[in-house]
Amino acid sequence: MYGLNTDIALDSPSKYYSIENYAKGVARWCPGCGDHAVLANMQKLLRDKQMAPEKTVFVSGIGCSSRFPHYMNTYGFHGLHGRAFPIAEGIKFRRPDLDIFVITGDGDCTSIGAGAWIHAIRYNMNMTVLLLNNEIYGLTKKQSSPTSRVGTVSNTTPDGSILPPISPIQTTLGVSNASFVAQTTDWNPAHMYETIKAAYEHKGFSFVHIIQRCPIFQGALADEQVANKDAIVYLNHDNGIKVDDTIAKMFKNEINHDPTDLSTARDLAKDSSKIHMGLFYQDKDAPCYDDYGASNIGFTVEQKEAALNAEFDKFAI
Amino acid sequence: MDKTATLEKTETLKALKIDEHIVEIVSDSGEGAQKCGVSFAAISAKMGNGVWTVEIIPAEIQPPARSREGASGIRIRIGSKKITNSGNEANLVIALNEQVPYGRIDQNAYKEGTTMLLECKWATDPSKDIRKKYADALADFKSRGYNVIEIPMELECLKVVKNARKGKNMWVLGMLCYIYSRGIEKGETQIKNIFRKKSDKIINSNIDLLHAGYKWAKANLNFHYDVPGMDTDEKMVVMNGNEAIGLGVAASGMEVCSMYPITPATSASHLLAEIFKNFGGRVHQAEDEIAAVGFAIGSSYAGKTAVTITSGPGMALKTEFLGLASMAEIPLVVIDVQRGGPSTGLPTKVEQSDLLSTIYGMPGDAPKIVMATSTIEECFHFVILARKLAESFRTPVYILTDANLATGQQPYPRPKIQKDWFAPPIDQSPWKDEVNPYEWDANTGLSKRAIPGQAGGQFTLTGLAHNSQGKVSYHPDENQESSELRSRKIASFQKTLKPPTINGKEKGDLLIVGWGSTLGAISEAIDIAQNEGINVSSIHLRFLNPLEPGLKEIFNNFKKVITIEINYSDRVDNPQFTDDNRRYSQLSWMLRAHTLTDIDCYSNVEGQPLSPKRIVDVIKHKLSNL
Repeated sequence: MYGLNTDIALDSPSKYYSIENYAKGVARWCPGCGDHAVLANMQKLLRDKQMAPEKTVFVSGIGCSSRFPHYMNTYGFHGLHGRAFPIAEGIKFRRPDLDIFVITGDGDCTSIGAGAWIHAIRYNMNMTVLLLNNEIYGLTKKQSSPTSRVGTVSNTTPDGSILPPISPIQTTLGVSNASFVAQTTDWNPAHMYETIKAAYEHKGFSFVHIIQRCPIFQGALADEQVANKDAIVYLNHDNGIKVDDTIAKMFKNEINHDPTDLSTARDLAKDSSKIHMGLFYQDKDAPCYDDYGASNIGFTVEQKEAALNAEFDKFAI
Repeated sequence: MDKTATLEKTETLKALKIDEHIVEIVSDSGEGAQKCGVSFAAISAKMGNGVWTVEIIPAEIQPPARSREGASGIRIRIGSKKITNSGNEANLVIALNEQVPYGRIDQNAYKEGTTMLLECKWATDPSKDIRKKYADALADFKSRGYNVIEIPMELECLKVVKNARKGKNMWVLGMLCYIYSRGIEKGETQIKNIFRKKSDKIINSNIDLLHAGYKWAKANLNFHYDVPGMDTDEKMVVMNGNEAIGLGVAASGMEVCSMYPITPATSASHLLAEIFKNFGGRVHQAEDEIAAVGFAIGSSYAGKTAVTITSGPGMALKTEFLGLASMAEIPLVVIDVQRGGPSTGLPTKVEQSDLLSTIYGMPGDAPKIVMATSTIEECFHFVILARKLAESFRTPVYILTDANLATGQQPYPRPKIQKDWFAPPIDQSPWKDEVNPYEWDANTGLSKRAIPGQAGGQFTLTGLAHNSQGKVSYHPDENQESSELRSRKIASFQKTLKPPTINGKEKGDLLIVGWGSTLGAISEAIDIAQNEGINVSSIHLRFLNPLEPGLKEIFNNFKKVITIEINYSDRVDNPQFTDDNRRYSQLSWMLRAHTLTDIDCYSNVEGQPLSPKRIVDVIKHKLSNL
């Protein structure tokens, strides 16, 4: 209409998404499984950020936690064991408009998918990665995993596992171009929420290690972890992950750790006697491979035709 | 020492007109024989000649110098007519030392009467051992009936440049330009083109060498040929198969090539890496073969169809993901530049050994479309077709090519670009609520895919058994039905195919069935045999899965049907192998099962392109046992 400049008209939100808009089906994890807490927090985060379900993709591998995408009313890709990262990278490479979440487990990420994991850290593509680590294989019924602590009795290690576990945080911090490394636990949902929120807000490969319980196959371990409040140390810093004061007060121990200090972060990760909760490390300037991937999208047919003609000229006789 | 000095030339030789010639240049690795040969081929193609080249590649980057296993080089077959294969024995060989020809003699590449232009600097080498080896080889070559001409190539190059090792190849090119009456100015243009990224100094020094080689040959050689070109107004391009594949990817509108380096496939990605930015595309070099295909699948799922390019060992690693692509119906183009196998096998040599593993080599039933290119031209066009089929049929599409096509150069008509080659932008329109993620058409099995970003299309893609709603399903009927619908897609695609064209009579004594890069050699062999009065015909398959229709009807009109392939089969002349245990070549195995016809085979794993002569021998042998 004459006199109206449509360019300055503000978009009013056409739809408000509630948690129900993000939920799908009934999660079939065992009662008491830590995965439920992560799912609830994730749906809450999507609601709080009002992410468009059609612009959000959950990618997973295989394992208990990798069932996650089936319970999200977004796009989902329930892939292959150990291969969530390459799939997620391929999705993100040319789709800067999509929000990508990767849900992986300790077997999926640190065992069969270890190679892809290392390289995913280095690619530093913009995605939020949750490693749900219960230190055991659950779906295949109790085999030890690379993160199982020494002495873990399982169906494949009936006399107790003998090798020291891989520390996912330590490993991630050891890879060049790591840009966001944080840790939380399933029994502190408020801290977990703030952690995955901070991870989502970080541009790059945001790696969140979630220590969680498997009441079926790691029951004793879970009890011990939750009960031992002395072992838990809250990483508190102005540039770290903030939690509500009432939550912060619940921690018996805390240290002031600057998340730009990689060397100290590595020292903290080495200490397996403690569970450090919060942000180990963040580098906001680490290069993102998807910036390169998506930097030349949208060529027209005419541009491509001209390019092809130029190539044929080079091979012409 | 300089035997050529005795060749006295009193007048300008008149060029002898010939229909075709096969030239080989063999050297140590790194002496530039391939650059020289490719240049000679390009110049010949520009003069209207039919051309086919095959690279002779040692397995190692730096094999020992002056060794038979180190033979590196190129074969160039040029002719007045279209050339479709690398032919039989060479007519002319240029050898930069006396040991490397043995690598080719082992492969029966030369014959009595083959002219050998041999670098003679080794005759005066400071090492007694080398001098002796040279003398022994020279005597041996002569006893084999080769027409050996010793040439002081290094010495002549040193008159022009300080270091002859770099540049001798352009001196040789100059010599070839004289021998085959290629205008020297065409050589100059070619040098300017191949060294376009180098300094003028380097270009000029190479042009000087070209002239020196030309002049020397003119003054000293007592033979001189003309291979007249074809007169054609048609615009042509010349390239190798991997370049054609790279261009095909760009022309198909695909924008992501996700790969991991592997011989002999990588050079296709090299070309793409150089040119793809001009097409709005990206090459992703993944951390491994598995990640390469996973990345391509992710990219396809969220956008335009992507491609992954690999070879046999890479195919083996990708298997699980390729099964997922079939199961979850993700469009994907997979290009397998086949090499010798199994395991690491013969990385630089030709084989057609991935046929069965591509079609059947994954757990469960994983339907797919598999095609094979038989010419360089098809390497280009099939990629465009593959992209379209992948999207129309929501399936992975495989292109099998091989090491022979990968590095072989051949001219073909410059493709006329069509706008619909380029993939359209991805659909981001809202998804109709009532449409399922796998809304399979009951007749064709076809369904439309929802792409992330399409509002209302949200579903969770899974490699688990699933129903039309995309939901995980362990229900017996649903798994049976969804498997059948995925297979029905392939059946409906097969209905769109035409029966293969028969080269020769529709009825006869013998029918040869081939696929892939052997097309040229088989066709030439059929021509030779037919001219000798043998009643033999051939067909060449482009679609291997599904197979082209009407095969059984065609086979029924021949007394005997055999496949000719470059892969393994048990030969019947060994008593260990009987009718009860004989293992057939791969296409033969498939066709026997498919048509219930007693199809014989000839195949080998010698790592060489099949020559027409070898195929004629096979034809005669098989007919004598009718």
